Amino acid sequence: MSIATAPLAPLAAAGHGFLSPTGVEIAFVLVGLATLGAALVTVTTKQLVHAALWLVVALGGIAVEYLLLTAEFIAWVQVLIYLGSVVVLLLFGLMLTKAPIGRSPDADSGNRWVALGVAGLAGATLVWVVVDAFRATWIDLDGPAQGSTKVTGEILFQHWVLPFEALSVLLLAALIGAIVLSRRNTAAEEAADAAARTGKGQR
Amino acid sequence: MHLAYPAVLAALLFATGLYGVLARRNAILVLMSVELMLNAVNLNLVAFDVWLRDTLHAGQALTLFTIAIAAAEIGIGLAIVLMVYRNRGTSDVDKLRDTAEGHEPARPDDNTARPEVAA
Repeated sequence: MSIATAPLAPLAAAGHGFLSPTGVEIAFVLVGLATLGAALVTVTTKQLVHAALWLVVALGGIAVEYLLLTAEFIAWVQVLIYLGSVVVLLLFGLMLTKAPIGRSPDADSGNRWVALGVAGLAGATLVWVVVDAFRATWIDLDGPAQGSTKVTGEILFQHWVLPFEALSVLLLAALIGAIVLSRRNTAAEEAADAAARTGKGQR
Repeated sequence: MHLAYPAVLAALLFATGLYGVLARRNAILVLMSVELMLNAVNLNLVAFDVWLRDTLHAGQALTLFTIAIAAAEIGIGLAIVLMVYRNRGTSDVDKLRDTAEGHEPARPDDNTARPEVAA
């Protein structure tokens, strides 16, 4: 089958051209197109809050892709961590920095055409290399699920315990760091802020 | 399933995130694009883990670690962005060029941008 599709352009071979796509493949491609579209809207929309909401669609699509790849546990971790907390944190950040609610015409910086060129070049190169390398490679999704909670728990607490514990220390350090960074600190700065406020009032 | 599907999707998502990182002006939108890039890498890790049928499932373990580190990164990143916003009154990465070469005349403008420090 892959020999029959080999004469096609490499880019076309990735999207279609296979004689008997399975249902999982069709679902994967459809969800992938939705994910990619949502990601494109996320990086191009002029409305900042809409960017965060489209990011929800993109990350949820990736969670569905994990499910289709039989990695259940990671899919639900993705839903919990990314959809549950990261997007909420981003929305909080947008609100706390007083992001404009409507359209903000200066959402893109002046070097967007350079960025488009770099991203297009990187994407084309990566797609070309990946398609060329894995043209005749198939994932065998039959058999027991490879990412069920049982399997993930076993490998995580048998083979990856030490990195797991180190990661918990890293999370604690990040938590303390975020608190230290975001609290209003010394009395001297408070006094300076108060002076600034009164100074502005006099001006 | 053909391995090229998840690999190509991950490559395209990575390129999308790369465009966002380079083209966006608001620091929080830059962080969103970084999240997209990290997710592309995660998708690649899961796909190759399922393909290789690794007994250690290194790809899935690494994906979980990446998700946790991304959560820590977004927390620290947002704290930094909020601190910059409090000190400078803006979170545009274009305007934060105090350390850039060739922009020394921008110093007097800081008085208008940072009223707290000026007073």
